[in-house]
Amino acid sequence: MAKVAIKKTSEIRAEYYRPNSFPTIWCPGCGIGNVVASMVRAIDTVGLKHDDTVVVTGIGCSGIIYNYLNFDAYHGIHGRAIPVAVGLKLANPRLNVIVPMGDGDSSAIGGNHLIHAARRNIDITAIVVNNSTYGNTGGQFSPLTPTGSITTTSPFGNIENSFDLCELAKGAGATYVARGATYYSRQMIDLIANGIRHKGFSLIEVISQCPVQYGRRNKLPTAVDLLKWQKENTVSVTRAKTMSPEELKGKFIIGELVNIEAPDQEYTARYERLIEKARSGGKS
Amino acid sequence: MPVKVCAVTIDQAVCKQCGICVAFCPKDVLVADKEGQVEVAYLEECSGCLMCELLCPELAINVDIAE
Amino acid sequence: MGKVTVISGNEACVEGALAAGVRFFAGYPITPSTPIAEGMSRRLPPIGGKFIQMEDEIASMNCIIGASLAGLKVLGATSGPGFSLKEESFGVAMLMEVPCTVIDVMRVGPSTGMATMPAQGDIMAARWGTHGDHPVIALAPSSVRECFELTVKAVNLAERFRTLVFVLTDAILASLLERVEIPDSVETVNRPRPTVPPAQYKPYQITPDGVPPMADFGAGYHWYASSNMHDERGFLATDQHAVAWTLAQRLRDKILKHKDEVTFYSTEWMDDAEVVVYAFGSTARSARAAVKMARAKGIKAGFVKTQTIWPFPEELVSKIAEKARTIVVPEMNMGQMVEKVREVVCGRAKVVSVARVDGILIPPAEILEAIK
Ligand code: SF4
Ligand code: SF4
Ligand code: SF4
Repeated sequence: MAKVAIKKTSEIRAEYYRPNSFPTIWCPGCGIGNVVASMVRAIDTVGLKHDDTVVVTGIGCSGIIYNYLNFDAYHGIHGRAIPVAVGLKLANPRLNVIVPMGDGDSSAIGGNHLIHAARRNIDITAIVVNNSTYGNTGGQFSPLTPTGSITTTSPFGNIENSFDLCELAKGAGATYVARGATYYSRQMIDLIANGIRHKGFSLIEVISQCPVQYGRRNKLPTAVDLLKWQKENTVSVTRAKTMSPEELKGKFIIGELVNIEAPDQEYTARYERLIEKARSGGKS
Repeated sequence: MPVKVCAVTIDQAVCKQCGICVAFCPKDVLVADKEGQVEVAYLEECSGCLMCELLCPELAINVDIAE
Repeated sequence: MGKVTVISGNEACVEGALAAGVRFFAGYPITPSTPIAEGMSRRLPPIGGKFIQMEDEIASMNCIIGASLAGLKVLGATSGPGFSLKEESFGVAMLMEVPCTVIDVMRVGPSTGMATMPAQGDIMAARWGTHGDHPVIALAPSSVRECFELTVKAVNLAERFRTLVFVLTDAILASLLERVEIPDSVETVNRPRPTVPPAQYKPYQITPDGVPPMADFGAGYHWYASSNMHDERGFLATDQHAVAWTLAQRLRDKILKHKDEVTFYSTEWMDDAEVVVYAFGSTARSARAAVKMARAKGIKAGFVKTQTIWPFPEELVSKIAEKARTIVVPEMNMGQMVEKVREVVCGRAKVVSVARVDGILIPPAEILEAIK
């Protein structure tokens, strides 16, 4: 994987964050700050124009991401970031539409929108901050919470199975799917940058840490504990290929999982062709 | 090629003392005092790996490397 | 010279939207509004517009909000259950002040009700369906021609006031075929856009007429559209009581202080009227016939057809109450509009409700009975 040129943090702060953004609203050690920083560094790496870049968020701790960045930004309602992003992108395909969401936002209430945006293969970049919980409402289990976890709504342990969101997106037709983790920040920047460059629907799931509402209840009380847990429970795509299903149980595979280059199959590109066809009286 | 690190600066007004930088610095350059305040204790050990800078959720760390 | 054609109410809504400049539609199939979506899917692409069929009603509403933020004039259309599903998102368009027009082809409810049968049961859902306080503009046509005209007006008002506007039609108008003249062009309105440089731009500025200029996303203004209570810059004000209160009042006032711009109605036989029928939508057709029949019998009956459902035309109803002995309010619901009429009349005249929800257009004879 190409090594990312790292711009100084002070420059990143000055260029992309609003003045007085720090300290942020998030709890000490919260991984959302890491994801935003990587997202911004990825935007910087790709060289997106400020004016052409839009950030769309939903609700929850991750919903506040928009609040620090100096882009056109949207903070809507729970679960509906993706359809707003679809509207923006289809109305103005020139826009780079980036959609950071939480695990509850993207996989529960907004799960239907996620799979259909993937199916349409519309060129938006969805970033899922997966910290295994609804942090903002006090730590309930989400569809991405590991089975057995203690949360405020699974006080005896979560009996539900969790989604593999990347597999779901892949099955739905996303043409770029990757999983990263906040501990591997350089890789995360790379994965998001490639997702932004990719012409088509991109999903980047980032394993993140919520020490306050998740870690604390699951014997991983600090951000440091959760990051160490990440180190121990993630395996790279390459290594995963050499491991048996038994060995992979409970592990998160990180890296690029799907990358299908087919820019002409992207939704807004198809739409342009549809318009041409309609203009010529329905004949292609 | 070894790099020369001139400074590791912590924006103390912003630092939330989460301890991430201290825990993951491979060279143990950073230490937290009893109150949790992060100090750059062994700058001379710093390899300029940027682990601390990239892992800080508050973007509170700047590592200055001389070219 | 316009084009004279025979079309349905649904088709007239499509024509009105296009004439008003709508270039984006997102929807989901639902009876009886589906032909509006079908019409848009056929008509938009040849003129470079965009139609998208979304995965559900909620997605459709959020999708047009996104497209409107990108600067396009947008339309949504739905019926009963779909209207309920969109309610939370209606609140977004209102609070964020994103111009959107939504047509609700009313059918019998609640729930699936009678999917193909007309009703006027969404009057209160349009007013108070989304949680919290908010302004609302809702117009109701009573003919195919009015479907065209009021859709044009709705799109213009959405842009004029940076808000959500409803057009409440019903299952009768949806498929009713009438002869209409589609003008070559109509008067259109564009949302106010900023004239200041980006650094000075306030997306929720307190302007004298209450409507802040709106920059398109992607135009370099870098602003926040927030579903939270927000200050003039669009920044979070979830713990600032005064800011929230100022915003809530401005949202209300920007509509209520311009009631003259959003109040549309017509009157007939009112000079000496003692009994007045106050009607809207398809029911107004029966109501007018009933008043004519009453006049033929020598009864001093008058007719008021309101095209504006919300904001409620209080001055108009008050004026009627001063002159009339009785006000008859026919509607295809269990008596939603009549409540508001009673409140305004406040005992000055007798208010008679003619209400039914069985999917049948109230026949003129039934209204005539009430007039007598
Ligand atoms: S509750 Fe969890 S996710 Fe939310 S800010 Fe705190 S640590 Fe982060
Ligand atoms: S990682 Fe950042 S916020 Fe956490 S202790 Fe270090 S400097 Fe402070
Ligand atoms: S740059 Fe690397 S070695 Fe230097 S202080 Fe930071 S983490 Fe430690």
